[in-house]
Amino acid sequence: MAGKKIVCRCNDVTVEEVEALIDSGITDIEELKRLLRIGMGPCQGRTCIPIVLGILARKTGKKQEDILLPKARVPTRPVRVEVIVGGADE
Amino acid sequence: MSKIAVIGGGIIGVATAYELAKLGEEVILLEKNYFGSGSTFRCATGIRAQFTDEANIRLMKHSVERWEKLEEELESDIVFRQTGYLFLATSEEEVEAFKANIKLQNKFGVPTRLIDMDEAKEIAPILNTEPFLAGAWNPKDGKANPFKTLFAYLFRAKGLGVDAREHTEVVGFEREGNAITTVKFRYNGRIERVRVDAVLNAANAWAPLINEMAGLKRNLVPITAYKHQLVKTEPLEPGQAEPLICPPSWNDAYIIQDGEDGGIICGAGIEHKARSLNDVEPTYDFLRGVLDYAVRIAPPLRYAHIVRQWAGFYAKTPDSNPAMGKLLDNFYIAAGFSGHGFMMAPAVAQAMAELISKGRSKVPLDWEWYDPYRFERGELRTSAFQIG
Repeated sequence: MAGKKIVCRCNDVTVEEVEALIDSGITDIEELKRLLRIGMGPCQGRTCIPIVLGILARKTGKKQEDILLPKARVPTRPVRVEVIVGGADE
Repeated sequence: MSKIAVIGGGIIGVATAYELAKLGEEVILLEKNYFGSGSTFRCATGIRAQFTDEANIRLMKHSVERWEKLEEELESDIVFRQTGYLFLATSEEEVEAFKANIKLQNKFGVPTRLIDMDEAKEIAPILNTEPFLAGAWNPKDGKANPFKTLFAYLFRAKGLGVDAREHTEVVGFEREGNAITTVKFRYNGRIERVRVDAVLNAANAWAPLINEMAGLKRNLVPITAYKHQLVKTEPLEPGQAEPLICPPSWNDAYIIQDGEDGGIICGAGIEHKARSLNDVEPTYDFLRGVLDYAVRIAPPLRYAHIVRQWAGFYAKTPDSNPAMGKLLDNFYIAAGFSGHGFMMAPAVAQAMAELISKGRSKVPLDWEWYDPYRFERGELRTSAFQIG
């Protein structure tokens, strides 16, 4: 991965991939999220979403605060299944 | 060349826009939110021909044949994988029912067979075989990536000249007699008009609102939005649970391993009537309920982490079969997919495009079975087997 600038550490997404999709006309962050799997890994977008917002603002000329954040999903941190179904202490 | 408006930027609308453009029609595609935002991007990715009635089996047999060629046709990796569907029986009565279904499926060329639990364990090593007597196994069923599939269709549609607009809400029609002449829509706060020769309502859960705008009764095609939720785990080693695995008698609970990242998607028939057409909030009772089933199907899942839960709509008709056909002289509908829109899309899009453009289709789609006026006549079909 030498020389590659990583945006999403969960799914190995690079700056180049984000820029290429925006250049192809996809500027909705919900769509970028689903095509690149940013914000869909165990970290839930803590690293990648702010970086992608910055790239999106720069490429589209919009203000960063005018771009809606993608929908956040529960749980905000990964939870072991046994915590939900019981039996974690067995 | 006719001008055709397609309303709804989910997989049915986008794929039909592409098929219409292929037939040389001029198409405008209107989506009020972002593409795929309704049901398509919330689906469980499954594709199957294992239905329990002739109409759906024949339609899905054709659809799977289209899926097999779709990557080549759309020149895009849509992560289509024929990893099968494995239904599991928990009683002798269910085994007999599986045998009857398998016989019907085999009659139409779907190669489902009954398997024992040793073979099931080979297919899905994570499986707990103890509660189950036998499996109905079709290795040609499968899954695909809904995000990549929708955009593969969309890029090709745009390449063929489709005017695809998102964040564009249809607000009304002008109608002369039994024909729609104009579609009115709002984009960036402004109302625009476009004259059309035909309109397809592909708005699924929102389709009754579009019918009402066309001057029809909102309940002519009764579609109710039920929240269908999914939960996904962190990535597991590929190959653990690649097929969709479902014991139908356990409230239609199922698991399926994402073909791309290896996370396990868990679903179940724990449904809530949506409070509104914006109500896609996940619920805790679903999370608890679906995981109880998931660890009974695959005990090692107990040690996996949940990374995400989300909800979408089963846009359900009273018999869980979609409504497809003509509502007015030039106003068509393909909606109410009851959870099966993604898997049916390649066949349905081709059939609807041919119907609209040529008045008939070579797709083996039983128009009478899916007739949108059947509800008004008080006719219901055999309820389509739901899942995945």
